[in-house]
Amino acid sequence: MADIGYSDKVLDHFMKPRNVGTIENPDGYGKVGNPVCGDLMEMYIKVKDNRITEIKFKTFGCGSAIATSSMITEMVKGMNIDEALKVTRNDVATELDGLPPQKMHCSNLAADALHNAIMDYKKKRELK
Amino acid sequence: MYLDYASSTPVDSRVLGFANPFLSSHFGNPSTLHSYGLKAKEAVENARQKVADLINASADDKIIFTSSATEANNLAIIGCSLRNIAKGKNVIASNIEHISVLNPMKSLSKQGFKFNIIPVDSMGIVKIDALKQVLGKDTVVTSIMYANNEIGTIEPIKEISEIVHNKGLYLHVDATAAAGKIPIDVQEDGIDLLTLSSNDLYGPRGAGAVFVKKGVGIQSVMLGGGQEKGLRSGTENIFAIAGMGEAARIANEEMEEESKRLSKIRDRLIKEILKIDEAYLTGHPVQRLPHHASFRFSRIEGESILLNMDMAHQIQISTGSACSSKTLEASHVLLAIGLKHEEAHGSMVITLGHSNDLKQVPTVVDAVRQTVDRLRKLSPL
Repeated sequence: MADIGYSDKVLDHFMKPRNVGTIENPDGYGKVGNPVCGDLMEMYIKVKDNRITEIKFKTFGCGSAIATSSMITEMVKGMNIDEALKVTRNDVATELDGLPPQKMHCSNLAADALHNAIMDYKKKRELK
Repeated sequence: MYLDYASSTPVDSRVLGFANPFLSSHFGNPSTLHSYGLKAKEAVENARQKVADLINASADDKIIFTSSATEANNLAIIGCSLRNIAKGKNVIASNIEHISVLNPMKSLSKQGFKFNIIPVDSMGIVKIDALKQVLGKDTVVTSIMYANNEIGTIEPIKEISEIVHNKGLYLHVDATAAAGKIPIDVQEDGIDLLTLSSNDLYGPRGAGAVFVKKGVGIQSVMLGGGQEKGLRSGTENIFAIAGMGEAARIANEEMEEESKRLSKIRDRLIKEILKIDEAYLTGHPVQRLPHHASFRFSRIEGESILLNMDMAHQIQISTGSACSSKTLEASHVLLAIGLKHEEAHGSMVITLGHSNDLKQVPTVVDAVRQTVDRLRKLSPL
């Protein structure tokens, strides 16, 4: 991809992010990044029969941080949690028609936040 | 609505009208002796005089045209330091200088020079005591900008000049952000070398200039046919140079009135935007460029501010956020004034120009407020 900025899809998800917010008493909660680096993401999920039935996020960060968060919530809603664990950063970027090269690592953390939320769910379930 | 004049200005239509013939009909090479060459040479000398007038250079001083302010900073710093190497191998710059000042200084430090960086206070004013401490007889070049492009702070150049000349040798001043906005008098201010840029003056890109005070030794960085008194080889970019000259003439004529006009818009913007929750001014509240208003907002990130202002409100602003830079490093200027990384991320810079007026203020303030609200709702902080 030519390095000329964001794709239309990235801009669309930045301007109209899907599934913004928090979930009270989530089944799983994941958080990655920190404000010092300029990106912080929180992911909340509800799980039923091993499927993600509800997902919400809150993100502090640049355009691609917000867009990747929004995109992944759309990608995994309704998905089996073990399948969702296989969704990679690259998959999110591809689904957004690519990210500028310098953004591939720093702001593409949504998959990590989701994985953390799923692992949190699994851990809680084991404890029960 | 364009509010990013520090990044680039459009070419003034009067400048374009003046310079256009030098692209086509008056295309001669100033180094040739026939009438086409003479016409071009006349254009360059005419531009030189106009640029000299903008900064009140005297007839004995030199104005050397370059391709940009970056090249001008390189020529002034490297050219003067190397030419005067026998007098000393110390150079100084403040930590809010433009990267085209800092990088030549770093390059000199690899060639045996000692490079001292001096800090600024929380408003961006150079710490005079720190400057005094590192200045010595062997300090060949001290480089302090006239005003900073990211935070708008104007440095006390006259005072700095006295201190520099009390102990060290030459003062270089990068006036890229200040020229055409506030009066600059190289004689009154005591400046030895000064950098100017065409496209910060509503002139075309592709031209910059170095002022060199009479008697200040400098050698070329670009080697070749010896144009520009041997200090900048390469066939002159007559269009850009003629345009820069005309832009300087217009700036000189209209600066007082235009700066007064812009400072009213600036003051109104600052007053209104600071009413937003957790909005802070960056830079100096008073010693500030007339067209410059810069802020930071907590809990949100600057690239998102820029994108949202552009896409939702069609307003173009700038930011010092790390995420919007190629290197992904936070602005060295914002860190220099003592901001933490997480604070520097939320910066927004507005720089006003010809197309702006007071009536736009409510629209801008509204857009900023909506942008900040929307991003804070998205933010987990």
